Amino acid sequence: MKTLAIETSCDETSIAVIENGRKILSNIISTQIETHKKFGGVVPEIASRMHVENISQILKSALEEANINLDDIDFISVTQGPGLVGALLVGMSFAKALSYSLDIPLVGVNHIKGHICANYLSHQDLEPPFIALVISGGHTYLVDVSGYDEYKVIGRTRDDAVGEAFDKVARALGLPYPGGPMVDKLAKTGNPEAINFPRVYLEEKSYDFSFSGLKTAVLNYLNQMKLKKETISIEDVAASFQMSVIDVLSEKTFRLLKETKKNKLVIAGGVAANSGIRDVFTKKAIENDIELYIPTITLCTDNAAMIGSAGYYSYISGNKSMLDLKVDANLSL
Amino acid sequence: MRILGMDTSTLMTTVAITDDQRLLGEYSLSVDMSHSEMLVPMIKSALDGLKIDIEDIDLYTISIGPGSFTGLRIALATAKGFAIANNKPIIGVPTLEALAYNIFSECHIVPMIDARRDRVFSGIYKWEENCLKVVKQDDALDIVEYCNYLNKNYDKLYVNGNGSIAYRDIIDEILGDKAIFAPFNLNYIRASSICEIAYERFKDGLIDDVDNLKPVYLRESQAERQFHKGE
Ligand SMILES: [Zn+2]
Repeated sequence: MKTLAIETSCDETSIAVIENGRKILSNIISTQIETHKKFGGVVPEIASRMHVENISQILKSALEEANINLDDIDFISVTQGPGLVGALLVGMSFAKALSYSLDIPLVGVNHIKGHICANYLSHQDLEPPFIALVISGGHTYLVDVSGYDEYKVIGRTRDDAVGEAFDKVARALGLPYPGGPMVDKLAKTGNPEAINFPRVYLEEKSYDFSFSGLKTAVLNYLNQMKLKKETISIEDVAASFQMSVIDVLSEKTFRLLKETKKNKLVIAGGVAANSGIRDVFTKKAIENDIELYIPTITLCTDNAAMIGSAGYYSYISGNKSMLDLKVDANLSL
Repeated sequence: MRILGMDTSTLMTTVAITDDQRLLGEYSLSVDMSHSEMLVPMIKSALDGLKIDIEDIDLYTISIGPGSFTGLRIALATAKGFAIANNKPIIGVPTLEALAYNIFSECHIVPMIDARRDRVFSGIYKWEENCLKVVKQDDALDIVEYCNYLNKNYDKLYVNGNGSIAYRDIIDEILGDKAIFAPFNLNYIRASSICEIAYERFKDGLIDDVDNLKPVYLRESQAERQFHKGE
């Protein structure tokens, strides 16, 4: 069964053709990063403008690369949310016209589920149940995935998302947007123990996260050093900040695995591309006898292939959307 | 030739189906709800009522702007999906031309769409030999400056559109008797007008390229305006 998947929730216009939730026939991603760079972040109005300008070309490329026609598509998967409302509306409007014209079902997909399902595309042997850690610019979730369409949120951030903290620290360090990958790069040559930034674990037993305190601690440190006119090693700041994030993420994740007696861990979302996180989690997974799954780098960041995989599992679980489907900027898991 | 026209550039969602110069049906609703929820169900309902299959539509047309940024994109993204899935042509029609089409008069016609913060999207149009001609290009304008300009350069004017409703007092004050306000039913864009304009354009071979067709916003995004101010 083939689905055409459409993702326009933020600054990537992407369309993919996915077979049976597992096989990528094509996955075209047009990123707008260069355009948003000069504004220091994603500008929703510009993102929406670019989506509507690019979408038909991207559809053609996706079909060409998959070497199929629209008539070969069995249903349409489209991101319903969460995301930028104006951006979501472009993909949604386009998807509805295709679904109605081709007389095939429409399936609205949760973007976060998509990130988790990216792992089904990277790892053909992966099956639920497992624990998923979703880390991206907009989201931080610990999820108990008990079936292909059964998700239970165990922990979430109470303030900033992980990727947001990375971007804010990057900005404070004077790094260009998008800053997350730059922090990762600098951290490689820095000393993670040079500065003792706080680890915020919240209440005992809590699986929730809080990163705004850490971000503030980094900003305060930078200000104090400037006042004292001392030189700042941005490599050390990056490495110490990143290690603080990793400590909190890994403590909660591995504690949850132990408590739920699960032996499989899936990491997903744009921040899953972070090499520091990959290294530490790989090491800890071996120590704790946990099977660890992380998508390939292209499938970590936003893409339509992951929406196609999640769409497939939602569809075979009996979910179908109507043509009056509403986008939801704050759609929860 | 069967044409499906749609417009979501203002609060009204409107769809129409025409066959050459015959109106087969028109469906307009002004609901405080996203156009994206309404548009395709309304098209389906209209086509079902007419017992016409979507495959039997020969041309898709939408208003291309100016208007609500999000609204313009909803209609355009939908029309692009239809045009590609059915392998049929697409034509974008200026929103203000469609609005001016409501008025058949010898006077100059000034359609206005509220662009908020004391601004309107407007142009000046006139019928010549049964053909609606552009006298002044569409633009985003300060309502007071624009009314002063109109007062200086024109005699009787027909004004319509939600901009003429929103700024009625200002228009009245500056233009006085020169401005004729349209009856309320002529203030809304009708998809049938878009179909009719598109039909004329099609006959003249003015088809748009589905890949390159983009809304005419007539305004940069706020981020771009600020950025250029800082330059
Ligand atoms: Zn994402």
